[in-house]
Amino acid sequence: MPIEFTYDKNGLTAAISGEIDHHSAAEMRIMTDGEIERSMPRTLTFDMSGVTFMDSSGVGLILGRAREMKQWGGKVRIAKPSERVGKMLKLSGLSPLIIKEGAKNA
Amino acid sequence: MRNITNYMKITLAGYSRNESLARMCAAAFASQLDPTVEEINDIKAAVSEAVTNCIVHGYRDTIGDIDMTLRIIDDDTLYIKISDRGVGIEDVEQAMQPMFTTAPDEERAGLGFAVMESFTDDLRVHSRVGKGTTVTMLKQIQRRG
Ligand SMILES: Nc1ncnc2c1ncn2[C@@H]1O[C@H](COP(=O)(O)OP(=O)(O)OP(=O)(O)O)[C@@H](O)[C@H]1O
Ligand SMILES: [Mg+2]
Repeated sequence: MPIEFTYDKNGLTAAISGEIDHHSAAEMRIMTDGEIERSMPRTLTFDMSGVTFMDSSGVGLILGRAREMKQWGGKVRIAKPSERVGKMLKLSGLSPLIIKEGAKNA
Repeated sequence: MRNITNYMKITLAGYSRNESLARMCAAAFASQLDPTVEEINDIKAAVSEAVTNCIVHGYRDTIGDIDMTLRIIDDDTLYIKISDRGVGIEDVEQAMQPMFTTAPDEERAGLGFAVMESFTDDLRVHSRVGKGTTVTMLKQIQRRG
């Protein structure tokens, strides 16, 4: 499974593993939308620690989920991006969504 | 005159599952220049963007050929040419603006060209409506040791 979902008091965490490109993003989108539409969490945190590659399709995936979450006032956060994924996030202006290490359980 | 010391040409079917294959081929070919992990990742990202554009935009609802030419120039530069014979781009300058996309409903961010631009040393886009699009990139690999 490319995404593992877990819930805690902060909401839903979606831990992505493997490569995020146009091909793989399609399934990730369907999986995540199914999960959030069912539970409508306050926050959706993408745990990026298992992501080995990401191109602009990953940016589209995150922005698309942020749009979905907005319908019920939910927010998207990004946790544990590698340096490489961080570079992509910076280029796309998504850096503000990154939460500091350890802050997730605060 | 710049010296081409090695080259490879491949044609991929425009299936989305070939996006990762195109990245792997480019990375494998580039490895002869002894690139850093960072440089390999730059190449993979740039190739991924160009190939995805052929599939998503160039061929839209059809499956067409994607040609990728890789060359080693002067023993320190990777030349990448990726082309489709799809719909083409009407206004290339506009298309290259960050955040510009003609496919927002498909969750495109409009960042592909921005990624190619920032992760390579030179990006050229040539396109003709109804004929297709060719993207050419140069990536200089730092000589080490
Ligand atoms: N090979 C191509 N054939 C036809 N049109 C293209 C091609 N490549 C790019 N375009 C056009 O240029 C626009 C910008 O491309 P770019 O890759 O920067 O963004 P995008 O593909 O829309 O989004 P993203 O790459 O972030 O998923 C596209 O929306 C499309 O209209
Ligand atoms: Mg693109």
